[in-house]
Amino acid sequence: MTQPVLTGTGVPLLLAEGLQGIVADWSSDQRAFKKVPWGKAMMWIFLLSDTFIFSCFLISYMTVRMSTTVAWPNPSEVFALTLWGKKIPLILIAIMTFVLISSSGTMAMAVKFGYEKNKKITFILLLITAALGATFVGMQAFEWTKLIMDEGIRPWGNPLGAAQFGSTFFMITGFHGTHVSIGVIFLIIVAIKVLRGDLDHQRPGFLTGRKGNYEMVEIMGLYWHFVDLVWVFIFAVFYLW
Amino acid sequence: MEHVEGQQHPIGTYLKIWGLLFVLSTASYLVDYFHFHGYLRWFLIILFMLLKAGLIVAVFMHMLWERLALMYAILVPPLLLLVLLGIGALEANYTFFTRGLFFGPG
Repeated sequence: MTQPVLTGTGVPLLLAEGLQGIVADWSSDQRAFKKVPWGKAMMWIFLLSDTFIFSCFLISYMTVRMSTTVAWPNPSEVFALTLWGKKIPLILIAIMTFVLISSSGTMAMAVKFGYEKNKKITFILLLITAALGATFVGMQAFEWTKLIMDEGIRPWGNPLGAAQFGSTFFMITGFHGTHVSIGVIFLIIVAIKVLRGDLDHQRPGFLTGRKGNYEMVEIMGLYWHFVDLVWVFIFAVFYLW
Repeated sequence: MEHVEGQQHPIGTYLKIWGLLFVLSTASYLVDYFHFHGYLRWFLIILFMLLKAGLIVAVFMHMLWERLALMYAILVPPLLLLVLLGIGALEANYTFFTRGLFFGPG
């Protein structure tokens, strides 16, 4: 299958699909990533590098957890909460997971309404996304406080078992929480740009001077979904192992 | 005519994936809640993790609709991490063995 694409030369160019398409895209003397704005391709490459950072953390965590001879604290019990007089295992982490997934859902819809140039709904959805992200960080702060103050868990040791538990926990969730916090700030900035109409009128940004357009909402979305994606892996290998 | 390169998909697609992600998250939480152990636990955890990751990347991040050149450039390099994973596991087993040998009882 071939599809025409606008090239600015006045002649629609036919792009090959499949393996032939890969070879054609990479060997063309224009840009390799066709039909995506360059900012989006760059965001993907940044996310690829971030994937490697988080993977290094998670694989190091696996290595220290497998090699310790001291018992590992049971995450199911460490992260349990007593609600209505009943101890529910891992409930805080489950709620945090649902909050972050919901924020991904509202983000995806914000991108859609952005391309439809629906400023008001895009703005509201971006703000809801930011609010859910802030809720997530708040719950993480609560979790850290509980672990540090009540359970006495430190990066260099804890009363429950293997010392590596604290170091890997604070490192991994701390780095992830930082990503979420930066995302919340970024979301609020994009939301304000949308509301002011900066994206409609292609007004240049104050920092980079790039012309505003609705692709920025999608690029913001890529970052935000990535944060959710990393949480999927942390949830599985740190909390459920 | 304005040249738009953006992704346009019906809202129902996003809502369905959102619902699926909720179901999968609940399922992975229940794996812990019902105390599954051993290979069954690992199989279910990894399965739900990969399904969730796949749905997010494919639909929410629109990878499904990108050209193969971008898809392969982003999705193939992380496969290298499997090598690091293997090396990590080998090293961990060896460290565990030597710790047992030198610091263990008797």
